[in-house]
Amino acid sequence: MRKAILPYITNPVVVIGAVLSFGWLFVAIFAPLLAPYDPIKTIAPLMQPGAANPAGGIFVLGTDMLGRDILSRLIYGARTVVVFATLATLTAYLVGVTLGLIAGYWRGRVDAVLSYFANVVLSFPVLVLYIVIIVVIGSSPFNIVLAVTFGSAPAIFRIVRGITMDVASRDYVAAAVTQGERAWRIMVFDVLPNATGPLAVDFCLRLGYTAITIGTLGFLGLGLPPPTPDWGTMVNEGRAMAIAFPHLVIFPCIAISSLMLGLSLLADGLREVSDAQGRRT
Amino acid sequence: MSKPILSVRNLSVSLPKGADRPYAVHNAGFDLHAGEILCIVGESGSGKSVLSSALMGAAPEGLAVTGGQVLLGETDLVPLRESQFRAIRGRDIAMIFQEPMASLNPALTVAAQIEEVFELHSDFDAAERARRARALVESMRLPNPDRILKSYPHQLSGGQCQRVVIAMALAMNPSVLIADEPTTALDVTTQAQVLKLVGELRDLHGHGIVFITHDFGVVADIADRVAVMRHGEIVEIGDAKQVLTAPRHDYTKALIAAVPSLTPHDRPVPADAAPVLTVQHLHHAYGSVSVLKDIELSLPPGRVVSIVGESGCGKSTLAKAMIRLIEAKGGRVEVAGTDILGLSSSDLRSKRRSIQMIFQDPFGSLNPRRRIGPMIARGARLAGASASEARSRTENLLEMVGLQKSAYWRKPGAFSGGQRQRVGVARALAMQPDVLIADESVSALDVSVQAQVLDLLRDLQQRLNLAIVFITHDLRVAAQISDEIVVMQKGEIVERGTAAQVLGAPQHPYTKTLLDAAPGRGTF
Repeated sequence: MRKAILPYITNPVVVIGAVLSFGWLFVAIFAPLLAPYDPIKTIAPLMQPGAANPAGGIFVLGTDMLGRDILSRLIYGARTVVVFATLATLTAYLVGVTLGLIAGYWRGRVDAVLSYFANVVLSFPVLVLYIVIIVVIGSSPFNIVLAVTFGSAPAIFRIVRGITMDVASRDYVAAAVTQGERAWRIMVFDVLPNATGPLAVDFCLRLGYTAITIGTLGFLGLGLPPPTPDWGTMVNEGRAMAIAFPHLVIFPCIAISSLMLGLSLLADGLREVSDAQGRRT
Repeated sequence: MSKPILSVRNLSVSLPKGADRPYAVHNAGFDLHAGEILCIVGESGSGKSVLSSALMGAAPEGLAVTGGQVLLGETDLVPLRESQFRAIRGRDIAMIFQEPMASLNPALTVAAQIEEVFELHSDFDAAERARRARALVESMRLPNPDRILKSYPHQLSGGQCQRVVIAMALAMNPSVLIADEPTTALDVTTQAQVLKLVGELRDLHGHGIVFITHDFGVVADIADRVAVMRHGEIVEIGDAKQVLTAPRHDYTKALIAAVPSLTPHDRPVPADAAPVLTVQHLHHAYGSVSVLKDIELSLPPGRVVSIVGESGCGKSTLAKAMIRLIEAKGGRVEVAGTDILGLSSSDLRSKRRSIQMIFQDPFGSLNPRRRIGPMIARGARLAGASASEARSRTENLLEMVGLQKSAYWRKPGAFSGGQRQRVGVARALAMQPDVLIADESVSALDVSVQAQVLDLLRDLQQRLNLAIVFITHDLRVAAQISDEIVVMQKGEIVERGTAAQVLGAPQHPYTKTLLDAAPGRGTF
């Protein structure tokens, strides 16, 4: 087992990606300990980064126009992103993987119908789709998860369907069939475990996309209702005064970018290492 | 003796750290003369393919030539840079690979691909290139050269493709030709034709040919000299006749002894009993193409029937139809009194126990993510055994097929090809079937391992009184395992009888062709 992990932890791309991604996870988990101030408490408006708090201490990244500490909002904002991006990606996976396995394994009419719906959804620009959904059903944490699931599941469906078609043609699946194994058990125990490599890579990438999406929805004013700290909403609120007070926008942007970068690097690294291992065996 | 055209001296190729041995090839040396075929023979992992690609200056990624010389005439090829080597490849030394389809560009016509060789290595004008390409195709004894030249690779058969690849290799009339298992992917009759062609190249044009193969039958048919490789070393090299008839090294002796004989075994045919497997009027078609025509089979317990034929004859389709991996268009397959084809899919699941299959590819037939013990035990569970019964049955089976009980918690990656095939046998037997179908189950194995697995099957078959349908393209294997042989051609059974009848006194012309084409027939 140690041999299987070694190529991953010695790959610099994986390490940088993991440090950035898991760094934000750490921040999200320990937000109450890390944040210097209450993220929704009004203290002193539009302080520059490094300015002293009249009540003692400093605002490392400054404050926003409502006088809330930006660093604390970023730290708590990590929770929003981590929780909702992960939740939304997981539900998208649940739907996409289940339907992809079914379509790829049974093919025929089931596949035709499912693929048809997937293609219809995929034919919309994803952002337009999210906006339409959120505008129609309203903005709430649950609805954001729902919208992301609806928008991402078809792409996951297509990946899983393709891998399933490939794996289902292997002899070990035929062997399970000839033993009289039930189809769902073949999908879960024979097909799915052999699809995890490409799916792990896709999961990291998609987590990043979802984080961006949640940020974008926040920026468009369709994100989580205020005063929940949310990186995208912070950029949006700071936009009007960005020329005079760039720190309102820059720090949330760096937060979003670094998380996205971390997840992309992690995905790239995982693919690189697993490709190299695939070549060797 | 004349000066060798290719002389390999103390050639070593290192393996990356962590491999099972330090060298892929260790201190290999041989001379190749003009007009000579040198066969390099060995089992998988012996380093024979690495040796051949090292000669071409194309050692696989991660492997490096660490010492020795490859003298082509006066030039040592080992220190050459890639750019220098490119001028030599194709012009002085050319290579033919195992998979003809993969060696050709699917997007170019045959004519364009052959002419490309001239573009790279000569300054012939377009008309001259076309003329020479045509002449090459004609010299390959391909029917209707005009059609072939205009064809794309997918429009040609495997044998035709391989001859096109050989034509390309010969375009610049190289003095040395390296052929890496060039006939392994071909049917036996096509193989015979390509081997004949290779022999002619040596006799008529005086090419020196290094011919890599695992098949001693092929060696017996074409080799002038033979080098036997094991674990990266040449253990014996000498005249073909001497190596084949009076091998010196123990390993060569063992390899030759393991080559199955074409003479059928002389075990008595078991007495007739009520059949456990009856196939009636089984037919199948892909679209309008009929691939199984009115197949009839009947097999009592304790008997082995081999179904032999070339690729595309329908033998694998027959196996899959019998076990309902594909739905045949019609007919009956009765196993122990139940018509398998007539069952609804839910009834079928509970009746599958009675007919089980062993697959061809030991690497593709075991799920790499599952531990083999639970995998086998699952079969027993599905056949109705309790969890503890399944566990003990699995442990017994592991021992019965020659594996340790401790193999229970290992994954397939920990086993060799032959061991995996044993796991496959155990998995099939876990359901205690009445009929076992073995679809090319020893074809992917090295000859020595093949012999062991065949022995195992034979032994289990007698102990458990199994009926076995053995699908194979290899008449030698069929001769050793079968009580009866059925010959299939184009979806039809053209001949059937006891092994002795079919192999000793074949009646149908196709059976005779197959027997004639079996490589090394005069030697083994």
